[in-house]
Amino acid sequence: MTVLTFSLLILVSALVAGLLGSLTGLGGGIVIVPLLVLVFRVNIHYAAGASLISVIATSSGAAAAYVREGYSNVRIGMFLEVATTLGALLGAFLVAKVSPNAIAIIFALVLLFSAYLTLRKQPDIHDTRPPDRLAERLRMNGDYPTAHGKVSYTVRRVPIGFLVCHAAGILSGLLGIGSGPLKVLGMDQAMEVPFKVSTATSNFMIGVTAAASAGIYIHRGYVDPALAMPVMLGVLAGAFLGARILPGAGTRYLRILFSVAIIALGVEMFVKGITGKI
Amino acid sequence: MAQNQWNDERMDQIISVLLRTGVLLASAVVFVGGILYLVHHRGVRPEYHTFRAEPPDYREFRGIFKGLFSLEGRNWIQFGLVLLVATPVARVAFSVFAFYKERDRMYVSLTLVVLSVLVFSFFRY
Repeated sequence: MTVLTFSLLILVSALVAGLLGSLTGLGGGIVIVPLLVLVFRVNIHYAAGASLISVIATSSGAAAAYVREGYSNVRIGMFLEVATTLGALLGAFLVAKVSPNAIAIIFALVLLFSAYLTLRKQPDIHDTRPPDRLAERLRMNGDYPTAHGKVSYTVRRVPIGFLVCHAAGILSGLLGIGSGPLKVLGMDQAMEVPFKVSTATSNFMIGVTAAASAGIYIHRGYVDPALAMPVMLGVLAGAFLGARILPGAGTRYLRILFSVAIIALGVEMFVKGITGKI
Repeated sequence: MAQNQWNDERMDQIISVLLRTGVLLASAVVFVGGILYLVHHRGVRPEYHTFRAEPPDYREFRGIFKGLFSLEGRNWIQFGLVLLVATPVARVAFSVFAFYKERDRMYVSLTLVVLSVLVFSFFRY
């Protein structure tokens, strides 16, 4: 295979990954790493390096739109970024200490857990308890635009959200993914932030989290320019397309389809990791 | 009235422009680098199955910048990637300034913590 064919194949795969990732809200990184490792036989370090770069691109691009529309909460985001960036730093250092096969197994578990998160029903939380003291001190409560005008919300259980986001940061740095679903889980389930605000804020945080490990990734030589180029451009183009079609698209079936693909990749990754064939 | 203009909405607008500019600029540089790379390297594709850390030319800022003059595509790509990584760093740096303008001391400190982590990772070695 020539350089050109290889780069084009990667570009197209990354485009599809980015498109599906943005339509389902799971992000492109979670599927591009197993694709590179299992299909293109790329070393997991290079795959994680290329993916992490693409995560920064899509997150920053999407955040630009979300921030303008007033969904994301800058204070919640910044507070939790303390947790995610410290985690990402730790995760990036761990890459050299953990064997590639162990990384593959952890990745497989994250894939399966993400599929579960996508398929489960989103329980709606309505709360009338008095507001949380810590959240109030941190000025996290806010409002967001809905069809019926601005709706305000209060935030709770900040320490649990902080811990979940720290774990999300470690996984992001270790695996080269955005860990978006886990960040959303920490915000909407633990802290009771509205789902839409959680997703927007998570998008906002992903780029900063990934940047915390990207420096180390580049300095340690995990980022190969010739590989990262088609991955980044492909995922970014896919995510851009996805954002264009998102309103109205039959996302429910897409989510199911994508989850099945993720489960398949997860199982394959798990088997490869267990048998030491990564 | 001047200081009242520094509200959350204004801050959001500027962050939005900052992020978009960074991503567009970085992608353009990566794209140009990609074209240069593909034009100059038509041979058999590189082998990615075994991990050997990238050479210093793609790992250290000095090496990356040096290669820009020789029109080596991979150096241009890597330079674009450095610009991309710098985008969220610039965003956080701006947030420090914005929270300062809003006189929100607690968030100035929190944002400084995040910024130090990013700067540490970016400039280490």
